[in-house]
Amino acid sequence: MAGILVFIEVRDGSIRKASLEALACAAKLAAERSLPVAAALFGHGVASQAQALGERGAQQVFVVDQPELATYSPEGYAQALAAVCQKAAPEAVFLGATALGRDLSGRLAARLSVGCLPDVTALRWEGENLVATRPVYSGKALATVDGGKVRPVVVTLRPNVFAAEKRPTKAEVIALGPLPLSIRAKVKEVVSTQAGELDVAEADIIVSGGRGLRGPENFALIRELAQVLGAAVGASRAAVDAGWIDHAHQVGQTGKVVSPTLYIACGISGAIQHLAGMSSSKVIVAINKDPEAPIFKVADYGVVGDLFQVVPALTEAIRKLKA
Amino acid sequence: MRVAVLVSYVPDTASTIKVGPSGKGIDETGIKWIISPYDEFAVEEAIKLKESKGAEVTYITYGPERDQQVLRECFARGGDRGVHVRGTGAAFGDAFAIAQILAAAVKRAGPFDLLFAGVKGVGSDQGLVGAMVAELLDIPHVASVTKIQYGDGSLTAWREIEGGQEVVEVPMPCLITTQKGLNEPRYPTLKGIMAAKKMPVETVAVADLGLDEAALAGATCRWLALSLPPAKAAGKILNGEQDPQGAAAELARLLREEAKVI
Repeated sequence: MAGILVFIEVRDGSIRKASLEALACAAKLAAERSLPVAAALFGHGVASQAQALGERGAQQVFVVDQPELATYSPEGYAQALAAVCQKAAPEAVFLGATALGRDLSGRLAARLSVGCLPDVTALRWEGENLVATRPVYSGKALATVDGGKVRPVVVTLRPNVFAAEKRPTKAEVIALGPLPLSIRAKVKEVVSTQAGELDVAEADIIVSGGRGLRGPENFALIRELAQVLGAAVGASRAAVDAGWIDHAHQVGQTGKVVSPTLYIACGISGAIQHLAGMSSSKVIVAINKDPEAPIFKVADYGVVGDLFQVVPALTEAIRKLKA
Repeated sequence: MRVAVLVSYVPDTASTIKVGPSGKGIDETGIKWIISPYDEFAVEEAIKLKESKGAEVTYITYGPERDQQVLRECFARGGDRGVHVRGTGAAFGDAFAIAQILAAAVKRAGPFDLLFAGVKGVGSDQGLVGAMVAELLDIPHVASVTKIQYGDGSLTAWREIEGGQEVVEVPMPCLITTQKGLNEPRYPTLKGIMAAKKMPVETVAVADLGLDEAALAGATCRWLALSLPPAKAAGKILNGEQDPQGAAAELARLLREEAKVI
């Protein structure tokens, strides 16, 4: 096919949004050079999802459906994806830069002896080469990186940056396997640590709390605002290191680097490491009592005031707007 | 038990990043270099294994002359051997080139029962090298690990994923990439810092590993330019000190009508 192959991640029976974003980006780039787009779908009992990918622009869907792929393993998935690459001979393989995609991409690229452009936020053709823009130094700088001539180029796309789109076409479903897979690292169990809570890495809106909250109990204010917005709860390193909230919520250079549509920082002064992790958010709101706090330098909207008064008032105001 | 830790020397996270004269990398003037923060968890985990199980700990790094210092900083916390694969640093930003160099260095210094590396280097932020090294060495890996239980010839690792954890059982030898939460990295002691100066560091040229650094670097990806994110225009600041309700209502209105994000 020599086009773009998109790895489709399925979790709890649903296709991840990051995969649909990668598929839309692939369809757009492929159209510029009249290349075909294919998808790779792995798991056990996932074949029924294949047709839906035609709606998203996949002309071919390679399905590997076998019990060993029911849960993710970097070895099993890299072997299966390498087998699809052998069959499809793509110019590029796209994955969403999720926990799974970031992990799988490295193993796959090394297996194929090719390069990888990780966590990209923009992508274009330069002749036949893919050229990516990717945040480096946790977003303090942007690197323009040439993916070179070695094929395929493996690319992971940062979630929430590329728009998922419909692009109806007819998908030809190609079943592969069962493949001989050698899996040494085996997932025994998947534990959900934040039942019902959105993860900051995937959220469209994030409400974050910092040292200004003064204690773990006051994260309730952040959670209430997050709830009316359908947002994820984030935190600064100070709040995490104080033990007020789990590290999974940390945004910044030693936490997650995020690019939501809306980021609301409450009681966060804006240390350089935190700013690095969130400054690529589309709209930033800061609520802080110190008008000199560095967070106001990156804020599109700021409220100078006591978060214990402003945050509940904002929750109420948004509740009214949404009513 | 023999343990290897892959470490990298990176600009302090508090550094302000400026574009250097080449236009392709950072201006290194005045930069303070530190052990990459995620590598600190790898170093700590290895030293704990030395203390609890008598493991021999080898640090391995790749980079220019100055990167030998990262091995000293690791030794100041503990450990036994250091290998510095000295090169020009040309492979910076090209994960597959770095992984090939490190995998060759591991083979030369090994065999090892267990390899640790930070989940990503703070800098080029690729998060790829650990998995690539494991694949090149044909050993399993678990990435972004926040807890480990050691068994006999195997281990169980808790790996961070969105909204949860995967519990992974893996036989040794294997490679683990470390994430915050795994442990509390210790601070070096004065005694440790003094002793670190005398620890043996083996310096190896990339060519000694049978590899051509210049040919590897940039073969699969090449940095064309480095730029700073566009500066933001000044935001709208509301005074919420006298009238928090009014400011909050105005903010909600702006988010809906002007920014159109809620």
